[in-house]
Amino acid sequence: MPVFDLSQTPLRELNSALHTLGAGANDTEFEVINPRGHHAVAVGIDAPVTVEIKGSVGYYCAGMNDGGTVTVHGSAGPGVAENMMSGTVVIEGDASQYAGATGRGGLLVIKGNAASRCGISMKGIDIVVQGSIGHMSAFMGQSGHLVVCGDAGEALGDSLYEAKLFVRGTVKSLGADCIEKQMKPKHLAKLAELLEQAGITDVKPEEFKRYGSARKLYNFNIDNADAY
Amino acid sequence: MCGIVGLFLKDKTLEPRLGDLLSDMLIIMTDRGPDSAGIAIYGGAAGGKAKVTIQSANPGTDFVGLADDLEKAGIAASVVVKSTHAVISIDAAQLPDIRAALSSIRPNTRIMGSGESVEIFKEIGLPKDVVARFDVRAMGGTHGIGHTRMATESAVTTLGAHPFSTGADQCLVHNGSLSNHNNLRRELVREGMTFETQNDSEVAAAYLTAEMAKGKDLGQALTGALDDLDGFFTFVVGTKSGFGVVRDPIACKPAVMAETDQYVAFGSEYRALVNLPGIETARVWEPEPATVYFWDHDKAA
Repeated sequence: MPVFDLSQTPLRELNSALHTLGAGANDTEFEVINPRGHHAVAVGIDAPVTVEIKGSVGYYCAGMNDGGTVTVHGSAGPGVAENMMSGTVVIEGDASQYAGATGRGGLLVIKGNAASRCGISMKGIDIVVQGSIGHMSAFMGQSGHLVVCGDAGEALGDSLYEAKLFVRGTVKSLGADCIEKQMKPKHLAKLAELLEQAGITDVKPEEFKRYGSARKLYNFNIDNADAY
Repeated sequence: MCGIVGLFLKDKTLEPRLGDLLSDMLIIMTDRGPDSAGIAIYGGAAGGKAKVTIQSANPGTDFVGLADDLEKAGIAASVVVKSTHAVISIDAAQLPDIRAALSSIRPNTRIMGSGESVEIFKEIGLPKDVVARFDVRAMGGTHGIGHTRMATESAVTTLGAHPFSTGADQCLVHNGSLSNHNNLRRELVREGMTFETQNDSEVAAAYLTAEMAKGKDLGQALTGALDDLDGFFTFVVGTKSGFGVVRDPIACKPAVMAETDQYVAFGSEYRALVNLPGIETARVWEPEPATVYFWDHDKAA
């Protein structure tokens, strides 16, 4: 198992080792020690590798991940798992702003809290936050699921498209065109599946409320035709 | 972008290391802004004494015979020269007089800051060079703040560097940009504040000074800033015995804090904090938007 000590080894050596793995490579379990808040740790993974990061990281950890499984045993700075394509990223601590931004697929699990703009412009990623999230989360979210076991900050789901939002605690305020929606059996089933994938066993899908787009902002309303 | 750091010590045994710890924190933040750097160190107050930090573009002429010339102007002073800056120690009672005296005997010097405890050093250049130039690592103290600048709102000059000090023992570092600083500057000028630059952050510093002069404490002044300042900001502010942090409600300028029994620390990024003692077990958190945090040595005692 390759071990990279970022207090000794340049970050670029880690990332290029992750990028040069050939098809069928066997040695795919990486460990990173002393990350010391470095930026861009384990970005651009495009193979089914496992990366265990023992400590806290800075900006853009696991960005663009496509198929890897990255676990941060600490907290993550801004933009963790930004634009993830597929795979799994787990943050054992907290995540700073815009976690999972623009993500197209895969699963991001944050075991602590996430700050503002979590899941901003999400495009298919599933995000499960065990704690609470900050303001402007899921802004312009297009698809995917955001599950929050704690509370949500101001302006949740502002200008939302079709991302589905589930919050167990309180929502400080809903953003423009975001409304509470009926929880149907198919939503409860999806929620149960996401909680299970995230390894969360102490909360029930029935404890959540569902929020989504009222579809008044992004659909053309014929009654407004005179305004153009 | 800019990088800001702050360190407020609770454990007196760390005080001799303040300059060293803060220097490391600031140098790690170099890639957030390479234009200029500055640091304010609260070295502790000696009863009845005050310090004035001045800067000159021609230290080789301005600082020669400075103590003698101040004496002739009626101010007993001792002078320690550090590169382009000099720290003048005087009786606190003469603090109101020295500005006029300096503008008469050394018209080309600029006052960086004054008070019973604070010394402020700032220059164009990288943090590592600024820290070395002023021998910051050798300085002890109770708390300090630092800044490395990527200039946006005003020119890259010594005076445009942070920290900004607009009142005795008060100073501020800022990451962000204010949008109502011109209007607010006009209002503060009308209230009697004076400005050295066209910089937005100096307006924030002067605003806090003016509010505290009206009787507010640092925490109350920072709460007022949330209503009266428009734009992006993460501020770290020092007073003689206090240390405060506030972020605007949008909070896109980064901030990380850490607290242990020994200190409270602030960094633009977690990287700035990794060399602090006991950081592995510290409580580390991101300060909430529009929320005032402050600590005070006097109030804690």
